[in-house]
Amino acid sequence: MVPISYYLVLAAILFSLGIAAYLVKRNVITIFISIELMLNAVNLTFIAFAHQWNKLNGQIFVFFVMVVAAAEAAVGLAIIIALFRSRQTLNVDQVNLLKG
Amino acid sequence: MSSALLSILPEVVLTVTGVLIMLADPFFAPKASKKALGWLAVLGTLGAAGATLLQLRTHQILLTFSGSIQMDTFSVFFHLLIASIVLLTLLVSLDYFKPGATSHSGEYFALVLFGAVGMMLMTCSVELLMVFIGLEISSISTYILAGYRKGQATASESSLKYFLLGSFATAFFLYGIALAFGATGTTSLNGIASGLSVTAFPTMAFLALAMMLVGLGFKVSAAPFHVWTPDVYQGAPAPVVGLMSTAPKAAVFAVLLRITATTYSSELLHARWVWLIGIIAVLSMTIGNLGALLQKDAKRMLAYSSIAHAGYLMVAYTALPADSIAAAAFYTAGYAAMNVGAFAVISQLGGYDEPLRTIDDYRGLAQKHPVLAAALAFFLLSLIGIPFTGGFFGKFYVFNAAIGAGHVWLAVLGLLNSGVACFYYLRLLTALYSRKLGEEGGEFEGSSPAAAIAIAGAVLATLLLGVLPGKVLGLAQRGATVQVSRNR
Repeated sequence: MVPISYYLVLAAILFSLGIAAYLVKRNVITIFISIELMLNAVNLTFIAFAHQWNKLNGQIFVFFVMVVAAAEAAVGLAIIIALFRSRQTLNVDQVNLLKG
Repeated sequence: MSSALLSILPEVVLTVTGVLIMLADPFFAPKASKKALGWLAVLGTLGAAGATLLQLRTHQILLTFSGSIQMDTFSVFFHLLIASIVLLTLLVSLDYFKPGATSHSGEYFALVLFGAVGMMLMTCSVELLMVFIGLEISSISTYILAGYRKGQATASESSLKYFLLGSFATAFFLYGIALAFGATGTTSLNGIASGLSVTAFPTMAFLALAMMLVGLGFKVSAAPFHVWTPDVYQGAPAPVVGLMSTAPKAAVFAVLLRITATTYSSELLHARWVWLIGIIAVLSMTIGNLGALLQKDAKRMLAYSSIAHAGYLMVAYTALPADSIAAAAFYTAGYAAMNVGAFAVISQLGGYDEPLRTIDDYRGLAQKHPVLAAALAFFLLSLIGIPFTGGFFGKFYVFNAAIGAGHVWLAVLGLLNSGVACFYYLRLLTALYSRKLGEEGGEFEGSSPAAAIAIAGAVLATLLLGVLPGKVLGLAQRGATVQVSRNR
């Protein structure tokens, strides 16, 4: 039996990796993937706690997170395509028209 | 009518209208005017407001859908607020899309309604799962709306920045929910409220609250999570900015109030929570006002001003339970009236292409459009917080509540910040009433009849909130009593 702390630490590491990648990477798609990584870290946390408390809430929450992440991905990719059409680039450093 | 249906009737009305608009959209020629669909959306919003009044008349608290939706005076207050904001936004947008400007103007109205559904759901959910879904419905709609002027290079950039930072924030909010679930074994706010005082993991509970605060802080553009705001507001269409700087924020502030209410049960957690909120409030006020001083673009300036206003509002959250809820709810209403109004005027002057950018472009407006200039001037005065405007009483109640709870330093910092804020609002105000520099500079478009109604409505709302705040405050206080009695 693997103790729950293992799952929680793994999820925390994944979440931190997601944050790091989000801040470091310059490609829009990679940034997008790092957000998905963070969401999956959250899912893992939910599942671990759901097992610990022996309650289904956590697992049900995971389904909804997945569904919403899919909806968000659909819109996000559409936005990325619109951006690529107008700029011919996916590098966030070159997406800098709006400045004060 | 079954109580379950009654508790979500406004959302149902809006959803049905939105779907009808989507279905009717293909029957219009691609480049034809979709104004009829806009009026349908206006009707739907009026219907939703009517449904909310029906809820108010029942005078009861309904807990439906296995304890995930709670209909009470608090939720009714925010429902009415969101419906009014959406109504004004729709009226402003009716003539915003010139025939042929875009073939997607029908979807625009549907998206505004769907966004409103999400915001309303947030204000009546007492289950974090529903809060999350409401938050996402509203966010996804506004991501699309931000990039609506597809041909313009700044539009997709604005949309992308909003999307990337918004989903980043969502991940934090979700992690917070997961940790709260771990600490208390439930995702219902009532359950968390009772669980927080007995939890065996107080550190994890605090971390959960802090994570949720980070996620929601992004959505209300509170510093230090505000970096996206100026860019997104600058690139998004002006009517949409009027909507997304007020309605989703009002909804998130409502959620934040409900989350704050969960901390009342534990003295230690509440003290830490107030401390966190206080820091965010001070940072938002200072960064927002100092940032606005440096701006040349009018929309960017108003974006920084909205960061500052989020800060003033946060001050209310440090106050005692009953005061804080009423003050914050009143402030969201006052802020919504003046900010929607200001962006309504800006969108009417600039039109779809928005050639007016810098503050200097607004010079000479009073000569050409004295009424519009007077309206904008009134909204700016209200944003400063001059008496007889909604902005004044908003600030008054918030700072009063903070002093009542013993946070005099917060109120003093807030007042100092209001002083700084005068400078940049007055700079735009004097530009309106000074002569044009040469012949160059932007041309002003007039306003359409529907938008004129919307602007008049916003002026009236701002004025009424400033002269007779009692009625709205009374409703806010009744909502507050519901919240406090539930969590004590």
